[in-house]
Amino acid sequence: MSWKKHSWAGWGRVQSATGELARPERSAALAPLATEAPAIGNCRSYGDAALVSEGRAITMTRLDKILLFDEADGVIHVEAGATIADLARILAPKGFLPAVMPGTGFATIGGCIAMDVHGKNHHGAGSFGQHVTEITLASGKVLTPDDPLFKATVGGLGQTGPIASAKLKLLRAKVDVMMVTERRAETLESFLDRLDESEATYTVGWIDATATGEALGRGILEEGETGAGLVPPAKRGRKVPFNAPGWALAAPVVRLFNKLYYGRVPAAGRTLVKPIDDFFFPLDRIHDWNKLYGKKGFHQFQCVVPVTARGTLRSMLEAIATSGLASPLAVLKRMGPGRAGHLSFPMEGYTLAVDFRNRTGTRGLISELIAEAKAAGGRIYFAKDSVARAEDIPGMYPELAEWAEAVNAGDPEHHYETDLTKRLSLRSAK
Amino acid sequence: MTETWILLGAASSMARAMARQLAGEGANLVLAGRDMADLEAQATDLALRGAASAKAARFDARDAATFASIIEAAETLAGEGPINCAVFVGSMPPQEAIDADPSLIDGTVTDSFTGPARFLQMLAPKLEAKGKGLVIGVGSVAGDRGRIGNYVYGAAKSGIATYLSGLRNRLGRSGVHVMTVKPGFVDTAMTWDVEGMFLVASPAQVAAHMLKKGRKGRNVLYTPFFWRYIMAIIRSVPEPIFKKLSV
Ligand SMILES: Cc1cc2nc3c(=O)[nH]c(=O)nc-3n(C[C@H](O)[C@H](O)[C@H](O)COP(=O)(O)OP(=O)(O)OC[C@H]3O[C@@H](n4cnc5c(N)ncnc54)[C@H](O)[C@@H]3O)c2cc1C
Repeated sequence: MSWKKHSWAGWGRVQSATGELARPERSAALAPLATEAPAIGNCRSYGDAALVSEGRAITMTRLDKILLFDEADGVIHVEAGATIADLARILAPKGFLPAVMPGTGFATIGGCIAMDVHGKNHHGAGSFGQHVTEITLASGKVLTPDDPLFKATVGGLGQTGPIASAKLKLLRAKVDVMMVTERRAETLESFLDRLDESEATYTVGWIDATATGEALGRGILEEGETGAGLVPPAKRGRKVPFNAPGWALAAPVVRLFNKLYYGRVPAAGRTLVKPIDDFFFPLDRIHDWNKLYGKKGFHQFQCVVPVTARGTLRSMLEAIATSGLASPLAVLKRMGPGRAGHLSFPMEGYTLAVDFRNRTGTRGLISELIAEAKAAGGRIYFAKDSVARAEDIPGMYPELAEWAEAVNAGDPEHHYETDLTKRLSLRSAK
Repeated sequence: MTETWILLGAASSMARAMARQLAGEGANLVLAGRDMADLEAQATDLALRGAASAKAARFDARDAATFASIIEAAETLAGEGPINCAVFVGSMPPQEAIDADPSLIDGTVTDSFTGPARFLQMLAPKLEAKGKGLVIGVGSVAGDRGRIGNYVYGAAKSGIATYLSGLRNRLGRSGVHVMTVKPGFVDTAMTWDVEGMFLVASPAQVAAHMLKKGRKGRNVLYTPFFWRYIMAIIRSVPEPIFKKLSV
């Protein structure tokens, strides 16, 4: 297989790598690479999880076939480079959906497993890995959930080697559209209460991360259910053709935008019918939206804190709102306890995700937020991080040492390390 | 009426992209190539993506015994409907390898020219009998002029282009259309690690372009379109100058 010199970036475009990439087009070409380098998907991780500087990585995107669909059992066997949106598009007309879908349809199955991603139904359905019934590594090794390596692979940041394919247990649902109810929450407390009380299958909250004082933590709770019936016409994707100028996301612009966005939902709430991908992958309609942040890129901070840590959320939001660095993209969600790997992100609690322009002060603010999350007994999400330091991690991820031991045994020469695992010294944990 | 397509060299990136588009249209697909494991997997995948049927079949340009059963399979699937064929086969050993071992020329010419030509020669009477159908043959801009870097491959591609031009002349008389395609740089395994690539097109773009223009009756298609102009310039360079260039 040939290796190509290449530079590529994480989704936030703050971090990038120059290294060598191979892109196998057929599984016969993947097998010989199995021990050489880590696999990467569509680089939808914001920081350096999919980066390998001065090293090698295997791009999986051309290996995207469905190998088997067992309609009776509701199981699909799919190559790791297939995207979530592709699966959803093929499955929905047949009465199925991937059981868990992250907020972008461009995530590959390999990336979803390696991050043990969560969706808007995490409180009910658990994490992606909980619906994986079998993983086939490029080495040929087949892992089922009772195999000790399974827990090191799911959420395992690619450190057990490239995943070639996986079997997923699907959700049976007749879904043509999503029925979405939007309600305002005027304060953080009422927002959190509503998240706790919601009985909807899918929930997600947009939070106005620029609101202060009385309005701190206000937002819009979206609750979704799958629906059958009318299919709205497909819309064409738009593209962001250039890097946006610096003022586009300046603090006053964002504050105004957020105010309007909040006000768009009537005080009494409303119910809408949305196309499936508009609900699950709202940002995918605008291709390359990450360019809106300009050349300097952006950071995302995402943490989860236990349900008892409402006070921490309040103080985080105060710090965020007064910083003037937040973008309109901020999400608050309730998580259930479901997780499938040693390093899986989810825990029972609230997860907060906020995008920040990359400016002086951004890293400092995020460092503070990381410390607060940790102090509250929470953790940060590796798929989003680009700021944390090695010493931040151990308390957050109690099974880190167990994971490190398992992956080091399988890869003693550290061929699978990425910029992320090196930056956070994850594999040196004792 | 449901179209039936034979894709020769179905494991190639461009063929896979075309197969996905045709599956979306509900065609019958005969996926012919050598990597049977890959083709079987593709067949399953394409059926789920909407193909009326998808079948893997062994095709080896160097083994003419594999040809007849592919044509039979397509005839069975097509019934009264049209049979179309797209040819993506070819091989390009590095010119230095050929310099070191001239016998590699035989395989290159068989893969890129005589194998597929012989297959099309067997298929031609069936298409004539149906009085309809579309053949898309993928040549290469490399066939437009002998260049120092790949003139053996270029010669084979030039051979298939001339063959396709003759076949077009013959089949056109009975309502079957033949289109010759000359792709420029396409983002495939062949160009992945080649330096100096520019304006690289995705396999999906190129496949869509080929189907659209082939159906409209285009005879020769450069894809992406600007390659027509690039190659016009390259062809117009006088030989005394060209022979000193290493383009
Ligand atoms: C707009 C947006 C919304 C998002 N919403 C959510 C969300 O709601 N929930 C959530 O959990 N995440 C979310 N994410 C994060 C995203 O789901 C993860 O970063 C996911 O891992 C991206 O998949 P990818 O294929 O791009 O993987 P990459 O980013 O390319 O890689 C991520 C990791 O997976 C590993 N990997 C990839 N493929 C393989 C393979 N075949 N074998 C082994 N390891 C592999 C890589 O080594 C790397 O460690 C979102 C991201 C974006 C951009």
